[in-house]
Amino acid sequence: MTLTDHLIRAHHTIMTRRSNISSKSEAETSPTVEPLDQKGSDLLKNLKLTFAEYSETEVSVSLDMVVLRVEPERLVDVCELLKSNEKFLFNYLSCITVVDYEEQEELFEIVYHLVSIDYHHKLTMKVSLPSNSPVVPSIFKIWKSADWFEREAHDLFGIQFKGRENLPPLLLYEGFEGYPGRKSFPFHDYEEW
Amino acid sequence: MILADIIYLFLKASLLLSFILVVVLVLTLAERKALARIQQRKGPNRVGFKGFLQPFADALKLLTKEDILPSSANKRIFWIAPLAVFLPGFLIWVTIPMAQEVVLSNLDMGLFYITAISVLSVMGLLMAGWGSANKWAMIGGLRAAGQLISYEIPFIMAILSIAILAQSFNLKEIVDDQGTWPFALKQPLGLFIFLTAGLAELGRTPFDIHHAESEVVGGPFVEYSGAHWSVFYLAEYMNTFTVAVLTVILFLGGWQSPAMPFTGTLQMIVSLIWFLSKTTLVIWLIFWIRGTYPRLRIDQLMSFGWKILVPASFINIFLTASVLYYGLGEWVITIISLLLILATFYFIRRGSLSKTKQDTVRVIRADDIRAQLSSGAEG
Amino acid sequence: MQVHQQTSEHSDAIDLMVNMGPQHPSTHGVFRLVIWVDGERIVRVEPHIGYLHRGSEKICESEQYNQIVTLFDRLDYVGNLNNELAFCLAVEKLTETVVPERAEYIRVILCELNRIASHMLFYGVYGLDAGATTPMLYGFRERERVQELFESVTGARMMHNYIRIGGVKEDVPADFEKNVRKLLDDLKQGVEECDSLLSQNEMFLARTKGVGVISGDEALDYGVTGPALRASGVVEDVRVTDPYSIYERFDFGIPVGSMGDCWDRYFVRVEEMRESIKIIEQALSELPKGEISAKVRRIVRPPAGDVFIRTESPRGDLGVYIVSDGSDKPYRVKVRPPSFANLQALEYMLKDTYIADAVLVLGSIDIIMGEVDR
Repeated sequence: MTLTDHLIRAHHTIMTRRSNISSKSEAETSPTVEPLDQKGSDLLKNLKLTFAEYSETEVSVSLDMVVLRVEPERLVDVCELLKSNEKFLFNYLSCITVVDYEEQEELFEIVYHLVSIDYHHKLTMKVSLPSNSPVVPSIFKIWKSADWFEREAHDLFGIQFKGRENLPPLLLYEGFEGYPGRKSFPFHDYEEW
Repeated sequence: MILADIIYLFLKASLLLSFILVVVLVLTLAERKALARIQQRKGPNRVGFKGFLQPFADALKLLTKEDILPSSANKRIFWIAPLAVFLPGFLIWVTIPMAQEVVLSNLDMGLFYITAISVLSVMGLLMAGWGSANKWAMIGGLRAAGQLISYEIPFIMAILSIAILAQSFNLKEIVDDQGTWPFALKQPLGLFIFLTAGLAELGRTPFDIHHAESEVVGGPFVEYSGAHWSVFYLAEYMNTFTVAVLTVILFLGGWQSPAMPFTGTLQMIVSLIWFLSKTTLVIWLIFWIRGTYPRLRIDQLMSFGWKILVPASFINIFLTASVLYYGLGEWVITIISLLLILATFYFIRRGSLSKTKQDTVRVIRADDIRAQLSSGAEG
Repeated sequence: MQVHQQTSEHSDAIDLMVNMGPQHPSTHGVFRLVIWVDGERIVRVEPHIGYLHRGSEKICESEQYNQIVTLFDRLDYVGNLNNELAFCLAVEKLTETVVPERAEYIRVILCELNRIASHMLFYGVYGLDAGATTPMLYGFRERERVQELFESVTGARMMHNYIRIGGVKEDVPADFEKNVRKLLDDLKQGVEECDSLLSQNEMFLARTKGVGVISGDEALDYGVTGPALRASGVVEDVRVTDPYSIYERFDFGIPVGSMGDCWDRYFVRVEEMRESIKIIEQALSELPKGEISAKVRRIVRPPAGDVFIRTESPRGDLGVYIVSDGSDKPYRVKVRPPSFANLQALEYMLKDTYIADAVLVLGSIDIIMGEVDR
């Protein structure tokens, strides 16, 4: 069992535990779960077919999002496939988000939101990184829009992008210390500069 | 005797300066009011009766503001530059007649003097650009140099064809020559070239490239404040007035009026009123253009100057000279000029139309997209 | 004078480095563009952002869901209502709240009016960028009309805080329909006036046609969305292709350009104003009576999970990603600001242009720094 497998499993157990806790409040609102629409279920089917032999990936559904969980090592391959494969054609990377689970699970989750302008389907791709060495391959070569989103993630969360070393600060000023996006960053201690 | 002469000249110069200052004050207000009318607003209307005291408030504000000297500026050049811009513009006024006798010194080489002196203000702009030690100012100064020198050529050429027509460099004689018909009728192409090049010399919209607010942040003037900035401002409005006045003198018949029943002082006053009303018209035209057009880019400005205005001005001179030499009727110039103007506009319009196809944006119905989407999902 | 030791590819001359911004009249806020110029030609540009970084996303993590709406107002401070809507839609999807019909219609009407107001601001400022002062006043006159209506409905001209989770803050005033109809008449005339004032101006055409060209594929690669993407010929409008709220009910047009230059980006927005007016007209005629807000608990506690929503703000694809851990505060809020991604393409668009073009290209992608820096 590799480290990342372990991390994913740990993450899943905690996520399920978390949703169990909150199931009380879920019951209060209307319990109808919005099903995937036609495009979404097609995409889900195709993804399951394509990624059947990739043991490092996992396809799931959350609300109306199709979620693809990828190992950091396979990220670039998967992204290239998603962009060029006739069935997906994800030609537009909408957003890169970093979610900080450092305190609970010692990992960072990077969420990529992909949209296909040709097929109008969208995919959420998640990558988990250990928080002590958050290194992920850069996908700047695949989608240029990743440029600033990766720099932002580097600025605010200290994510290292393989292939893009020495990123200059984007949102912060030169010489800023610490990663203000992280939960561990003291938020209400204002710093004079 | 000599002392008396000097005092007399000094008095006349001071009178001229105060006249110019009053004109500039009026012009600033007029411009703001005119632009306000074009832009559906009221303009300044708080200071004095309907805002008529606004220019004084502006002047007071400017004079009491702090004069900032950038720390790395070249002090001497920085302080001299406003004067270097203002003085050439003011010196032109020595020889500009406002009515038969209302002139400081009626030079026989008046036109020559004007063209020679007016070029000098480029120096001032370059000095301001360099002395400010600001990159935007530097770019602005270089833009000004390129623009003003390029447009000096068609400007002078247009003046030259007037000199050929009037057989004189003396402004007063040129006006006297327009007793029956103003030169605008004989020189429509010349008028067009003169006004366009004049606007470019002034650096007013659409040629306000060297001090473009949105590009070079005020260009050579960016580091100036207070009184020194106001000198630039003064020079700009004074030059506007100068170009309008020169247009009236050279093309619109100066103080000549359809009928002049008066003599003596009364004649002078009425002539002056005629003169100023014509000038006002030209100034309104300049303001109107300012309210209407966006700015050209520097390369477009240059290619317009060198590819259209310069050849056109040479053609105009050649035409005028040959018509006069062969003794053809002067209306020949009018017709050919008008045809040339039309041809120029046609070619500009056609050139830009072929380059700029208008129907590049189309509107797709949302229902069409939806239909396509649903069919795509099924298939 | 400081000259950078950076030589261009074209010549041995040393390029001059100039700072456009953060204090520059046409950078639309505190944006800094470092330009290396060879005479008037731009050799290289380097955008710098972050001058307005307030950590909005992080602040969201310490606020309750209801309190966050007002933070979203301050992201894109020209298209406020569209931002509020995006956040509320995300939370509503997470909590599976069904918004009453009347609230949906009010939201759509106000959001489309907001789009017109935003495009009018763009129109005016774009004229100013090009050096024409008059369009600015015409654009602002129309925008002011819309804002007067907003004031009568929401109580504020800009920071409305009107769209709430589950609906809207309060019902519209009694004379709302009458006012909107009058406003629409004014706006229709206003759009025509603005169009005839600038769009076909010879010099404006000369300045904007063929400047800052970007192809559709390239724009998508850079993540450009909204009018800037449609100007490059890509038919993509989230209102139609991935409809949210009740947009699938309306019949309207999507203006699509073909050249991908500044003029197309400009004119797509002008056309969009006309189409927005059509949407408002339809929505106004169908405006139902009834509740204006769903029954939402005072303190919203969505179930654990995450949600991503895409909306079409005046500037493009506005995405909101919320991770909830079941508490009353979101675990993580991520805004996908359209201007942020659009601005990335600036470097590409500015290839082989002049200093004067930089202003127009920057203006044509219509950035709002509040949203770029968050």
